[in-house]
Amino acid sequence: MTVFNLYIFDRNGVCLFYQEWNRHKHSGLSQEEEFKLMYGMIFSIKSFVSRMAPVDFKDGFTSFCTSAYKLHFHETASGLKFVMNTSLNVISIKDELQYIYSALFVEHVVRNPLSKLGQPIDSHIFKTKLDSYIRGLPFFIRST
Amino acid sequence: MSRQSGRSSDPRKVSQELFTLTYGSLVSQLVKDYESDEEVNKQLDKMGYNIGIRLVEDFLARSGERRCNDFRETADIIAKSGFKMFLGITPTVSNWSAAGDEFSLVLDNNPLTDFVELPEERSQLNYSNILCGVIRGALETVQMDVNVRFVQDILKGDNQTEIKVKFIKRLEDAVPAGEE
Repeated sequence: MTVFNLYIFDRNGVCLFYQEWNRHKHSGLSQEEEFKLMYGMIFSIKSFVSRMAPVDFKDGFTSFCTSAYKLHFHETASGLKFVMNTSLNVISIKDELQYIYSALFVEHVVRNPLSKLGQPIDSHIFKTKLDSYIRGLPFFIRST
Repeated sequence: MSRQSGRSSDPRKVSQELFTLTYGSLVSQLVKDYESDEEVNKQLDKMGYNIGIRLVEDFLARSGERRCNDFRETADIIAKSGFKMFLGITPTVSNWSAAGDEFSLVLDNNPLTDFVELPEERSQLNYSNILCGVIRGALETVQMDVNVRFVQDILKGDNQTEIKVKFIKRLEDAVPAGEE
C-alpha cells in the first residue's frame, strides 16, 4: 500500500498544489502540461460519468483503477478538486480527502488572508502539515 | 434600541458584541472616508464579497453541505444553516417570486445593528450592506450568480429588515483549454 501523488485543482482548472511521494515513473511532460492533461481528463470523466449513468446517483465520479494504481477523486461544492493516486489496495479515501480540505486547506489557505485564492499555494505551514498527514496515513508505506 | 439585556451571561454572545462593535467601527470609518452613502454601501458590499468567497469554504467544510439541487434548498441552507452558524440567528425565508427565482430573508433580529441608531442624514446608508456582499460572494463560489439587496431595514423605520436574493444565472465549470 502506498500513496503516489496528490493534485489539488480549483474550479477554474488551476493546479493549486501538487506533491508526489512514491512516484517512480514520470510522464515525460512538463509539469504544466501534465496538470492540464490531468484537469482535462477529470473534467471529461465527470461529464462522461454523469451522462452515461443509467441511474441517478449523488456522488458522481469518485475513483478509477488501472492494473497498477487507483485514482481517487473528491470535489467540494465550491468546485475544488482533490485527486490522489494510490496503490490498488486502498479502498476509499473520501474521508481523508475531506479532511485535507476541511482541516488543512480551509484552515491554512482559505483562512490565511495573505494567500491569494485561485493561485498555487505557497503556504509553508500547509505544505508541512499536509506532508506529515499523508505520511501518517495507515496506507502510506514507503516502498524503498 | 436596547436589545442586549442579559447578553453578557452567555459567553458566546460576548464575542458577538465584539463582532458587532468591530463592525460598527468599520462602518463609521467608511462613513468618514467616503462622502456619499452610496459609496459606503458599495465598499461594504465589496468587503462582504471578499469575505463571502472565503467564508463559503469554511461553511462547506464545517457543515458538510453538498451542492444544492434547486434555489429553494439554497434559501433554506442560507437561512437555517449559514446565518445560524455565523450570526446565531435564523432569518425567515418568504416572499417567493412565482418563478421561484427570488426570495426574501427577513431578519427580526440583526446582530450587526444591536447598538445602532441611524441619523437622518444617513438615509441612503444600508448599514448592514456587508451581508449582501457575503451572500453574493458565497453563492458565486458555488456557481450561482445572484443579486442581493436590502429592501427594508428596521434602522430606517421599516417594520422589519428584509434582504432580497434574486437568482440570475448558473455559472458553469471552466472548460479546460483546448476542449469544447
